[in-house]
Amino acid sequence: MGATVRIGVTVNGERRESEVEARTLLVYWLRDELGLTGTHVGCDTTNCGACTVHLNGEAVKSCTVLAAQADGAEVTTIEGLAPEGGLHPLQDAFWEKHGLQCGFCTPGMIMAAADLLQRNPSPSDEEIRHGLEGNLCRCTGYHNIVEAVKAAAGKEVSA
Amino acid sequence: MTSVGQSLKRKEDPRMITGRGQYTEDIQLPGMLHAVLIRSTHAHATITSIDTSGAKEHAGVVAVYTGEELAGDFAGPIPMVWAPPGVEINTPEHWPLKRGEVKHVGDPVAVVVATSRGAAFDAAEAVLVRYDAKPAVIDPEKALEDGSPLVWDSFGTNKTHEWAVAGGDFDAALAEAEVTVEARYVNHRVSGAPIEPRCSVAEARADKFTLWSTTQVPHIARFVLGGMLGIPEDKLRVVAPDVGGGFGAKLQVYAEEALVLALAKRLGRPVKWTETRSEHMTTSHHGRDQINHITLTAKRDGTVTGCRARVVADLGAYQQLLTPFIPELGFPVMGGCYAIPSIDLHFTGVFTNKMPTDAIRGAGRPEATYWIELTMDKLARELGMDPLEVRRKNFIRKDQFPFETALGIVYDSGDYHASLDRLLEHFDLDEFRSEQASLREQGIYRGVGFSTWVEVCGLAPSRAVGPQGVGLQAAFYESANVRVTPTGSAIVYSGVSPHGQGIDTSFAQIAGDILGIDPQNVEILHGDTDQGAWGWDTYGSRSLSVGGEALARAARKVQEKAKRICAALLEAAPEDIELEDGKYHVKGYPEKSMTMAEISGAAHIPPNELPADIEPGLEESSFYDPENFVFPFGAHACVVDIDAETGKVTVVRYVAVDDCGPAINPMLVDGQVHGGITHAIGQALYEQIHYDDAGQLVTSTFVDYALPTAAEIPKFETDRTETPSPTNSLGVKGIGEAGTIAATPAVASAVMDALQPLGVEWLDMPFTPLRVYEAIQAAQGGAS
Repeated sequence: MGATVRIGVTVNGERRESEVEARTLLVYWLRDELGLTGTHVGCDTTNCGACTVHLNGEAVKSCTVLAAQADGAEVTTIEGLAPEGGLHPLQDAFWEKHGLQCGFCTPGMIMAAADLLQRNPSPSDEEIRHGLEGNLCRCTGYHNIVEAVKAAAGKEVSA
Repeated sequence: MTSVGQSLKRKEDPRMITGRGQYTEDIQLPGMLHAVLIRSTHAHATITSIDTSGAKEHAGVVAVYTGEELAGDFAGPIPMVWAPPGVEINTPEHWPLKRGEVKHVGDPVAVVVATSRGAAFDAAEAVLVRYDAKPAVIDPEKALEDGSPLVWDSFGTNKTHEWAVAGGDFDAALAEAEVTVEARYVNHRVSGAPIEPRCSVAEARADKFTLWSTTQVPHIARFVLGGMLGIPEDKLRVVAPDVGGGFGAKLQVYAEEALVLALAKRLGRPVKWTETRSEHMTTSHHGRDQINHITLTAKRDGTVTGCRARVVADLGAYQQLLTPFIPELGFPVMGGCYAIPSIDLHFTGVFTNKMPTDAIRGAGRPEATYWIELTMDKLARELGMDPLEVRRKNFIRKDQFPFETALGIVYDSGDYHASLDRLLEHFDLDEFRSEQASLREQGIYRGVGFSTWVEVCGLAPSRAVGPQGVGLQAAFYESANVRVTPTGSAIVYSGVSPHGQGIDTSFAQIAGDILGIDPQNVEILHGDTDQGAWGWDTYGSRSLSVGGEALARAARKVQEKAKRICAALLEAAPEDIELEDGKYHVKGYPEKSMTMAEISGAAHIPPNELPADIEPGLEESSFYDPENFVFPFGAHACVVDIDAETGKVTVVRYVAVDDCGPAINPMLVDGQVHGGITHAIGQALYEQIHYDDAGQLVTSTFVDYALPTAAEIPKFETDRTETPSPTNSLGVKGIGEAGTIAATPAVASAVMDALQPLGVEWLDMPFTPLRVYEAIQAAQGGAS
């Protein structure tokens, strides 16, 4: 057991405070401490992107960020991407276009795609494919993920 | 309007796209402990000592156990279930924690249990294991040579078994052959690599045990684990929650599942174990790893007269559930979609100091399809014929179905000419060849490859594959229970156990149509052994053609009872009741009708008008054992570009025409095809489980084991022909493995076509830039 750190992070709009082991990765803090289990862990090497969340508005792989590094920051997870009861255009498009099968990579894929669309509101197929190359999916062959991102491009978040 | 045939959006998705799925790793139980395993760093060694004293002193540690210390906790070892009549399969004792010797890198030797996963990892570092290294056996062909070191001294050989099957007279075909083509193919070792790592959580409450696990086979797991731990089946519940992909890697009963149950029993607290990605690559079973020696005999006009395969399969160090059977699983289609009068197959399994192989998506059939398709190409080159013409000449014709092959396998239905014709409607080969020629003039090497494939799936007719058939100690029927609630919605328990296939949706469509209930109001339950009847789970593209048929049969029984109730209340004969647009009405009197909600209400709170011989309630079950397999088929075309200066292969176009009978949900079928092809492109171009000469696994992370990303995969062009199977009432065939079975030969053939002007005659997968570059250099006379 190593040293502990006190952190305060705004997660999905709500201020959360905790005493965490200094080595705690952001993803485990979100999952084990806050119960936000929509963010997944699929590898140990920052390859798969299943753990992607937004840190101060930008997509990060939360397995490669210490919880302590998020102190004072704003974090958005898949649970907080859309207002309660609503769907973000990307969530809707992944459903509509069959952009998921087992669903395990999906939260990270959607969070990465949301970041991509923020930076590039109308990406080409090539730009989508390269924009998502940090996120692995073993089920879909990516075809319908690309279709979903295209369908969501330019749509506003519904309230 | 019927819902079958419509691309309904998935019922699974709302929870998954909002982060509300529940995967095994998400489960937290009060007082839960965390297990971390200490694993062998040697490929082959004697354990000389294990010192756990330092680990036990670590903060948070509850217990540390070695294999010796837990020996008494297991009533039986990890089983292997294939006992082919008349064939001995060398099967070593295989315990969850090893005692005495370790046989591959990653073999578990001890376990730490602590109050947090971090504490368990810290303490695991302090477990000191001393080994006395032994020679490692890595190359399966060398392992069969006299004087090779042995993986298991007790067997006196590294050969696990031999198995053979033949039909027709291949020797005569060889003697009379006008043309003989020979080839050797290496189908390398791969990982299933679902993005969700394995995880198991075990709980003991008095004498009742529950295991939540990332498994494709909860029912089989209950049976096996109950035996391994001496727990009666009624006292063991196995649950597969949302499972994050399987691809065969979770068609297994693993050491860790038995171990967490044993630990929960011993410690009286829930225990969770979660695999690291490196553990997945090291100790979740691998697949493929075959060497195929092929001989094809033919006449000058291209008619194939015989095929012979000698298969050497590297099985690794132990026999897992189906390890020695997987190479043989391809045998029914080891003649492809061709009418070949003589087929002669021989399999040799080999022990090596590696993780065992077992089923990975396709399981034996990708290997079979790879060699038959590429050898058909080679025959065409030998004859100077068009490879598609050679295929057409040998296709089993539509009017020959059901077609009995030389091996006595009966292909149920097919129209192979039609799927190839349809493919060529989408892919203009003449235009491609002229484009290819002009690109070559510009130094761009483009190639096309075709695969005309047939698959055997829908496991399985129990008579064919059970104890008195090929010898699996199991049966492969499927069960379903259909229950209509008093308010007219339906709850179905199916014995299949999906992990991404969309069964909650496609099964709701089937049941909804038969019952007259909106599929949105049909809940499909599965993967919980306390909730429903015995089932045989999900693998081998069986869920729809076996489990879906069982569901349809149970739902028809419910429909029949609903009609009797309706008839009694509407004062009509049951045979005069028709179901139309969600209403049960008297034939010719659409206004005299009842909804399922009204009928089910009467079934559950029976009015006095209901005859006494109609039992209350509205629930029926069915068990369905198919009489034959199903045989989906299709034709694929792959186009690749090769950069001769770097060796990089890029898939630039992929067209797939598949036939799985009528599609229950076409959108889901396309999704399965996309994913299946991508899995095969991964094997063909990027993925390889690679052990070095000392038996160290070199590719133990996603850094070294390269799954394709969106940037490497093309968009897919898909189409379908529709040839119903006569085997089941839905006419359906499997589609989950089809793309993976079809696509590796198409990619390989495209690579060879592109490399042809550069003088490269043959190259084994994976076609990595280095391999392709070196092959080009060697062919051009440069240094390799």
